[in-house]
Amino acid sequence: MLTFVATMTLTAHQRAARSTVVLKVLMAVSGVIMILFLLAHMYGNLKAYAGAQAFNDYSHHLRTIGEPILPYGGALWVIRVVLVAAVLAHMFSAFRLWARSTRARGGVQRYHSPKAKRGVQRTYASFTLRWGGIVIILFVIFHLLQLTFGVVNPGGPADTPYGRLVAGFQVWWVVLAYTVALLAVGFHLRHGVWSALTTLGANASALARKRLNILAHVVTAIITIGFLSVPYSIVFGLVK
Amino acid sequence: MKITVRVWRQANATAKGRMVSYEVPDVSEDMSFLEMLDVLNDRLTTQGEDPIAFDHDCREGICGSCGVVIDGKAHGPQQTTTCQLHMRSFSDGDVIDIEPWRAEAFPVLKDLIVDRSAFDRIIQAGGFISAPTGAAPDAHAAPIRKEDADDAFDAATCIGCGACVAACPNGSAMLFTSAKITHLGLLPQGQPERRSRVLSMVGQHDAEGFGNCTNIGECTAVCPKGIPLETISRLNRDLLGALVRGGDE
Repeated sequence: MLTFVATMTLTAHQRAARSTVVLKVLMAVSGVIMILFLLAHMYGNLKAYAGAQAFNDYSHHLRTIGEPILPYGGALWVIRVVLVAAVLAHMFSAFRLWARSTRARGGVQRYHSPKAKRGVQRTYASFTLRWGGIVIILFVIFHLLQLTFGVVNPGGPADTPYGRLVAGFQVWWVVLAYTVALLAVGFHLRHGVWSALTTLGANASALARKRLNILAHVVTAIITIGFLSVPYSIVFGLVK
Repeated sequence: MKITVRVWRQANATAKGRMVSYEVPDVSEDMSFLEMLDVLNDRLTTQGEDPIAFDHDCREGICGSCGVVIDGKAHGPQQTTTCQLHMRSFSDGDVIDIEPWRAEAFPVLKDLIVDRSAFDRIIQAGGFISAPTGAAPDAHAAPIRKEDADDAFDAATCIGCGACVAACPNGSAMLFTSAKITHLGLLPQGQPERRSRVLSMVGQHDAEGFGNCTNIGECTAVCPKGIPLETISRLNRDLLGALVRGGDE
C-alpha cells in the first residue's frame, strides 16, 4: 500500500515510465548489447586456430581500431564503457525485478503442495536464469583477473595474450570453471534471447513465437560451442 | 471413488491458515470439482463444522468466479476452470491438495477465497471509450480485418479468473492486463484512448503490487480461455509507443 500512496501523485505517463515493463526493456536492450559483444568476442577467440601470431596480431589490432581519429586503444575503451554500462543496467533491473517478484508471488514458499514445484511447462533455462546470472558475473570477474589484467595466473605468467590463453587452459580447474560458466551462459541465453525479443515486442504471432525460440537455440549453440571449442582444443592438444 | 483432500483453512484475512485433511468417501467421477466440495461441505455442516469457503457462481466456465490451486496447478490438471474440472481427472485413493491463489495483490479473505478487486481497479484505470454507442450497429458498418476481429475476440474471452497470477512465478498480472489492452486496442472503437489506456492500466498493474513478466508462459498454460503469450508482447509494443508519443489528448 505504501507504493500505492507514493505513486498516486505521479501522472499516468510517469507511472508507466517507472513500470516493470520499462525495467524489462532496459534489461532486454542491455542484454542484446552483451550478446553482440559475445559474438564478436567469440569470433576473436577462434583466431587461436590460426596460430599464436594471428591471435596476438588480432589482439593488437583491436587497439588500433578507429586510428587515427581515435587514440591507440580508444575504440576498445568505448566498448568497455558501453559494456560496463550494459552490465550495470542489466544487474540493476534484474535485482529490482527479482525483489519485486519475490514479494508479488507471496514469498519464496508459495504453495504447500509439492506436486508442481517447477510449474506446468516452464523450461529449465527459465528456472535457473537468476542464479545462472550470478554464476556468470562471478566468472566474468575471475576471467578479467586472469586473461585481461593478468593478476591471477593459474598456469604461470605469460607475456602475450596467446601465451596467457594456452597456459591458463593447461590447468584442469580453469577448464572446469570455464565450462560451468559457459553452460550457465548457454542456459541464460536460451531463455534470455527469447525473453528479450519478446519484451521488445517481437512475439507478434504463434509463428513469430516459434521463430524466436529457434533463434534463441541457434544463438545459444553458436556462442556456447564457439567459446568452449578453444579451451577443449588446448586440452586435447589441437592448439598448443 | 474415495479420495482425500488437503485444504487450506483460514478463518479470516488476518488469521494464520493451515492445510487440513478431509476424507471424501462418496465421490462419483461424474461430479465436477466444485460438486465434490459441495458434498464435503454438506457433511461438514451436518457435523457442525465450518464449511470450506470457496468462490463460485455460474459453474459454466464463463464467469471467472471459481478458481483454486489444485495439486500446485491453477485450476488443476486440466486447462479449464475449476467448475469445469471433473472428478474423472482423478483416481480412487488420490490425495488432492487444494489452496487459494497466492499473490501479494490477492490477499486471502477466507479459506480458498481471495480478494481480486485489484483486477477491477486495473480495468477501472483503463477508463471509458468515447465511441458513440446506441442501438447495435450494422454488422459491417465499421470494416475490421478478420485477423484483428479474431484476435480481439480471443482476448475478450478473458474472464478475469486470476489463474495467470496464481501460476506466474513472479505473481504478474500481465496476461490479464494485456488481454484487456489487446481486446480494445485492435478494434476501431478502442483507438481514440488507446495510448492513455495502456499507460494507466500498466501503472495501476504495478501499483497493485503485481510482479513483472519474464515471458515464461506459465500463465497461458493454465489460462482456461487460452489467452496467448503474444498479447503481452502487444502490450509492450503499445506501451513503448505510448511512452514515446505521450497519452491521447
